[in-house]
Amino acid sequence: MIAVGDQAPDFTLRNQDGEKVSLSDYKGRKVLLVFYPGDFSPVCGDQLSIYQEVKPEIETQGVELVGISVDSFFAHKAFQEKLGIDTTLLSDFEPKGEVARAYGSYLDAPLGFANRTLVLLDEDGVVAWTHESPNPGEFPGANVIFDALS
Amino acid sequence: MTDLGSAPVPPVGPDDHVRGEGEEGAIVYADLGCPHCAAAWGRLREGPGRLVFRHFPVASKHPRSPALHAAAEAAGAQGRFFEMVDSLYADRGRVDDPHLWRRAEELGLDLDRFQGDRRAEAVGARIRQDFRSGIRAGVAGTPAVFDACTLLRDREREF
Repeated sequence: MIAVGDQAPDFTLRNQDGEKVSLSDYKGRKVLLVFYPGDFSPVCGDQLSIYQEVKPEIETQGVELVGISVDSFFAHKAFQEKLGIDTTLLSDFEPKGEVARAYGSYLDAPLGFANRTLVLLDEDGVVAWTHESPNPGEFPGANVIFDALS
Repeated sequence: MTDLGSAPVPPVGPDDHVRGEGEEGAIVYADLGCPHCAAAWGRLREGPGRLVFRHFPVASKHPRSPALHAAAEAAGAQGRFFEMVDSLYADRGRVDDPHLWRRAEELGLDLDRFQGDRRAEAVGARIRQDFRSGIRAGVAGTPAVFDACTLLRDREREF
């Protein structure tokens, strides 16, 4: 797992609209990376839905919320529409899980997806806080995010 | 600044919706648009002791939830909160406005007052208050059931 104080590895992934997005695009802003196992799973849906409900309050604190999973950007688009959310979702699809591996979040075979992990980056792309769930079936409530931001 | 950081579940207060008697019982954060809440509602309302209902509408997932919670609050202003909750969970297929009016009529509510109340700012604020307390208590899915201040369970899930 990437450690607090580390420089976050840069990456370029496609978002739900197929557009390339780089971490460096966010320079000067705080970013909360939400690694999650996969689109359309029940827990991932609950997690992103609840975070969506408090997204305005997260953004009020100057933080951009960005989800990342190994799904394709086509799946991300459908998932976003199904949930009724507007959180940016990035596709860590090919090479599969490469970004999750770089952040120490990837769960190897037989799982083959990112663990449920939150990584808060400061304006310079330095890791300010992390949270890794004990297993993919649990996710931290939004209160944990606000604790980290306080 | 908005404070949504961790905090204990607020104790039961005079503004809470309480069904049943006694000091013991459960506090449930529930979404009136949530199928899992509807499935659990029969067991929850038959449980021992009192049951405290707190609003936790997840609007992005269940777009009609805010309207349903507002309807329950408006019914509550006429003393029929839990009757409206029972009605909404018993029949999840009819949740548009005309269906809500029909439910209000069947409960014997003053329809004009119901209409005004469910759109009142105070009703929205009341619902947000519950939602925020649930966020601060770490609610991560509905229904979330607490015994005093301890999360007993939320919906069992696989990832």
